[in-house]
Amino acid sequence: MSNSFRLSLSVNGEPIDALVDPAKTLLEVLREDLQLTGTKHGCELGECGACAVLVDGQPVLSCLALAVECGGRSVTTIEGIAAGDELHPLQDAMADLGGSQCGYCSPGIIVTAKALLDREPNPTREQIKEALSGNLCRCTGYLQIVEAVESAVQKLQTKVAAGLQPRATK
Amino acid sequence: MLRLPSFKYYAPASVEEAVDILGQSPETMMIVAGGTDVLPNMKRGQWKPKTLVGLRGIRELAVMMPGPGGSRIIGAGTTLSTLVGDELLQKNVRGLWQAAAQVATPHLRNMATIGGNLCLDTRCTYYDQSEEWRKAIGYCMKKDGSTCWVATSSKRCLAVSSTDTAPMLLALGAKVTLVSASGSRDVAVDDFYNNDGMSYLTKRADELLTSVSLPNLRGWTTSYWKLRRRGSFDFPVGAAAIALKLDGGVVEHARIALGAVASRPLLSEKASALLIGQKLTDEAIAAAAAAAYDIAKPMDNTDFELVWRKKMVKSLVTSALREARGDDMRAKRLSLARQIL
Amino acid sequence: MAGVIGRPRRRVDGRAKVTGQTKFADDIALPRMVYCRLLRSPHPHARIVRIDTSKADAFPGVLLTLTGSTFPIPYGVLPVSHDEHALCQDKVRHVGDPVAAVIARTESIADQAAKLIEVEYELLRTFGTPEESLLNPEPRIHEYGDDGNIHKAVAMQFGDVDAAIAKADHIFEDTFFFEGSTHLPLEQHATVALKDPDGKLVVYSSTQTPHYLHRALAKTLAMTAAHIRVIATPNGGGFGGKSDPFNHEIVVAKAAMMLDRPVKITLSREEVFYCHRGRHPVQMKFRAGVTKDGKITGLDLETLLDGGAYGSYGVASTFYTGALQTVTYEIPTYRFRGCRVFTNKPACGPKRGHGTPQARFGQEVQLDKIAETLKLDPAEMRLNIVAPPNSLTANFMKIGTIGLAECIRKVVARSDWKNKFRKLPYGRGVGIACSSYLSGAGLPINWNDLPHSGVQLKLDRSGGVTAFCGATEIGQGSDDVLAACVAEILGLETFDIRVVTGDTDLTPVDLGSYSSRVTLMMGNAAIQAAERARDLLAEAVAEKLSVPKEQLVFADGRVSHAEGAEKSCSFQEAVVFAEAKFGTIGTTGSYTPPKPPARYKGGGVGPTPTYSYSAAIVEVEVDPETGWLTVPNVWIGHDIGRALNPTLVRGQVEGGVYMGLGEALMEESAFRRLPAKLSNALVHKFPSILEYKSLTSLDMPNIFTDLIEDPDPAGPFGAKEVGQGPLLPIMPAVANAVYDAVGVRVDEIPVTPEKILKALTAKAAGKPARYGPDSFPSIPWPETLMVTPPWEGGDGRAANDPKRKKRVADAGTEVKAGITIAREAK
Repeated sequence: MSNSFRLSLSVNGEPIDALVDPAKTLLEVLREDLQLTGTKHGCELGECGACAVLVDGQPVLSCLALAVECGGRSVTTIEGIAAGDELHPLQDAMADLGGSQCGYCSPGIIVTAKALLDREPNPTREQIKEALSGNLCRCTGYLQIVEAVESAVQKLQTKVAAGLQPRATK
Repeated sequence: MLRLPSFKYYAPASVEEAVDILGQSPETMMIVAGGTDVLPNMKRGQWKPKTLVGLRGIRELAVMMPGPGGSRIIGAGTTLSTLVGDELLQKNVRGLWQAAAQVATPHLRNMATIGGNLCLDTRCTYYDQSEEWRKAIGYCMKKDGSTCWVATSSKRCLAVSSTDTAPMLLALGAKVTLVSASGSRDVAVDDFYNNDGMSYLTKRADELLTSVSLPNLRGWTTSYWKLRRRGSFDFPVGAAAIALKLDGGVVEHARIALGAVASRPLLSEKASALLIGQKLTDEAIAAAAAAAYDIAKPMDNTDFELVWRKKMVKSLVTSALREARGDDMRAKRLSLARQIL
Repeated sequence: MAGVIGRPRRRVDGRAKVTGQTKFADDIALPRMVYCRLLRSPHPHARIVRIDTSKADAFPGVLLTLTGSTFPIPYGVLPVSHDEHALCQDKVRHVGDPVAAVIARTESIADQAAKLIEVEYELLRTFGTPEESLLNPEPRIHEYGDDGNIHKAVAMQFGDVDAAIAKADHIFEDTFFFEGSTHLPLEQHATVALKDPDGKLVVYSSTQTPHYLHRALAKTLAMTAAHIRVIATPNGGGFGGKSDPFNHEIVVAKAAMMLDRPVKITLSREEVFYCHRGRHPVQMKFRAGVTKDGKITGLDLETLLDGGAYGSYGVASTFYTGALQTVTYEIPTYRFRGCRVFTNKPACGPKRGHGTPQARFGQEVQLDKIAETLKLDPAEMRLNIVAPPNSLTANFMKIGTIGLAECIRKVVARSDWKNKFRKLPYGRGVGIACSSYLSGAGLPINWNDLPHSGVQLKLDRSGGVTAFCGATEIGQGSDDVLAACVAEILGLETFDIRVVTGDTDLTPVDLGSYSSRVTLMMGNAAIQAAERARDLLAEAVAEKLSVPKEQLVFADGRVSHAEGAEKSCSFQEAVVFAEAKFGTIGTTGSYTPPKPPARYKGGGVGPTPTYSYSAAIVEVEVDPETGWLTVPNVWIGHDIGRALNPTLVRGQVEGGVYMGLGEALMEESAFRRLPAKLSNALVHKFPSILEYKSLTSLDMPNIFTDLIEDPDPAGPFGAKEVGQGPLLPIMPAVANAVYDAVGVRVDEIPVTPEKILKALTAKAAGKPARYGPDSFPSIPWPETLMVTPPWEGGDGRAANDPKRKKRVADAGTEVKAGITIAREAK
């Protein structure tokens, strides 16, 4: 490990310090070093979207992100989407409305949709489909996923109207 | 899980530092920016650099700024998402915006850079495979073998240029700046590529592509049409990039470039010349499209059949020119690209 | 609150899935765990001359290498084709066949060491197409099978089909091709095996069929089955691709026992393409006699399946290409001949719809051609020939309820079919197709008299109910169905039920998540177990409350006297009363399908407790200049019997439409053969998730789903299957819509822009307006089994001796042109 890098980053709001081999991807560090197995992988080549996480609020593919290049950054995985014991409205909607069948693409889809809603609180159906176009799902045909995102939008807007602050990823 | 082989990693903080490192042993090093091309190739064993020079930490590469004489400088480290989010670009250089917006997927555009997209390795279904797969065909000319299986009599590698932004930048008459320890040079995009699947770039290994500069495009109309199977993910398997300067409906300047039908982006000088001095009539458009069709040389190494891909070149050029003329192409665009661009 | 059945609900495992807490096989990490990689063959067909693992053995970090000699015992999912070994013995049969394994401290070390294993091969002739395999019996890919490289050839006839066709008003003869495709589950197969502290074997695996894996492990490792525990982890998608026992599962199980350390393997995406067992490429010839008003007098079907290198489910797949034609439409006489050949490609097997989508495509496109020729509306014509409910077909399939007519009417009305069909502007079109599918196979793979599904319930004084069942959650929602069936009977919410599934130590056998069997079979077993528990509780409560037990109602977590709420107790109190009265409360339920009436050889494939039905209308837009094809809208009606959880049912319908569109438009298991004089190679053209094209969110059309609910007595609360049927009509509906749009036939799946343009070009040149196969290969069919249809007094048995091996040359002539030949009546 002579070539290892000292890495400091924030994962789901918690500071992480680790010694990392530069050949490790963020995916490997999350799943294998930090046991955050909620982030999935379907190809490790950037061809499916299952490994999507947020880096500084932007959806990226953790299988093609070198962990050493994430120093100082803020990473959000599916494990960091809920606020304490309260699921994010996207999670509730995905579970309630059939957006998650086998559930393997769901972590990537949920973090990606979260980034969309943080950026665009009232997206059109076209914008939702476009934002999710890098996440393959083999089960649902996407329709119930898109409807779940639309339902979460409504819930979030009701919350905003009720004076509650929407949570944004730092 | 597919993993990366081990390598030494450098994270220079400046261009100067980066080219110093590169200068030490360029043939054993590779540059990595967004990682979306380099890392899959390394995982599949197509590239085996001993050292990676990461550009993430170089702030000066991620700038966009006005250049002299109405030109525009785009740092090579600018992500494609940044380009797509740039409202000025969307309004004034729509073709480039359209090209950037159709690269891969939203996630990959958040990572991938314009510099990386210009240097994108040429692609081929005999080459973009694992070590084991390539062993099963006895390897190919581009890596570890001697035969180009796309056309076994071919003396050169026929891997296909698969970048979306390069044909558009070629049509725009853009230049790239290459910096090495021994200095810097500006190269027209047209001169940046060779029509050779293996040595497809004229860039030396010790050179770093630092920026792209767009000329003053006031008065130009641009358009990019891409052929691929799906609305996202897929590399282009045919593309038309056009830039026109119109004067009262008459074409004053024209540059028509094609993507993904050769080992480099191709400029169709004949198609461009046919349009100059003409109004964009259906006949003029058809003549230009036919000229572009003539130079397209798709091979059987991508998605779709090559004969059909060649035919599609005509359609892509026609659509781009019609869009430039002001036709309402939204339905056609939606049908082909699955989104309005 | 009303019961849980029929209410759209969050599935019981929904929270785990959206929080990333569902533990898939690759998410398991255990102390001292080591990693396995397989070395796979680079040759399509070769004899293994020598394997030298010494360099790998010496590589630092390597713990064990294994070769075929450790695994001499063959296995396979069907008893008739135990033709696989965990590691290849004397020869390899496709690129990707595993020849050796390395177990090492890390995955990277295992990977590097595997490359150091030296294997010397002697190359054998490569068989790349079914035609090659038919023409060349030698060298044989396997030493078993019907003849040469023919794995299985079957022929059966029900009634005098030749006479029926001959006297029909019109005769239609068509040839079709359906390209192979693969499941592409997003989760790559993974397995973790360990020796438990007692010294027994435990295997966690992403399998749809833990029971079959259990059997294969016991056989190949020569272990007592009771000393092996298989735990099916939730599958990140299956679609049939995780239904076979796989070599990697057996290898890590053996390695874990040898090393006494947990051993993990996770396949790469490329390796998933080699596991495959996907859709067979099938060539078909349909010959139908039809009356002038569109009634079928007889159907003569021939199919040729490209099986790939192993048997897998292939014998069943072969029968399935011919089994379900008669349960959709009235077909009074029928002949089916099917042949599966071995080739040097990854083995095909069951993919969603198993063997039936290919022939469904041919039949539905031929019906469209028939309607066109007869100038009938294809929706109306189908309505006139829908098979009757509660009837027996010519091939002795027993039909229960049939909601197909209602499905057709729904999609016709909702899509505005009558104002669209043949009325849309050039370039736009609509097409219709129908289908049917099994709600579980009527007969088990391993013929025996045992239940197909078992459920155990444990209730205790906490009021807790645990349901145990061997069924496997592959994303379809089987855990939710189990909880819902139990909760409904006991008057609880699904959240009140703990489910334990897919664990051969803890759960009674369920045969697995395939053939759309789980809802019906597990559901019926669950209802039986829950009713038995309810009876025990009712008896105890009746005694305590002094009311007749028949008048007790289980609802909203309480047990109440139907006459008034004052006499009631909580569910927990009811369990306490029962436990006090009877002792520990545990009940069981089991389900065995009714014995099917078909008694002829091959009649075991096709029967089911009840068939589901679907009808779909697809709208397309075709650019006549380029052939570019888009699908803006799909309307689908599905006869579900009863929707237990409409949210999940809709998800299955839409998911089926999605996968069907993928097959219709772009999905292809394509192979690359290098020039024969330069190379022996035969490789999967693009074993990657990028180049194997599956639809993204931007490529999906609008889907308008209608569920037709007419409860079937055979199903739990009336439910039928939904996992596979809705995929089937999509591919033919697309092809039929393309014809409506631009007037050309693409008699081949996928329907691509290139093919459409070729057909348009042919049409413009005055040639047949068609793209597709022009002929069907000549096949040495075995003697045809002659079965008399029920209405002619048949008893379901073949009249002639099925054991005779005499082969008769095919009397039929090869189809000259693939276009429909419509012959006027004499």
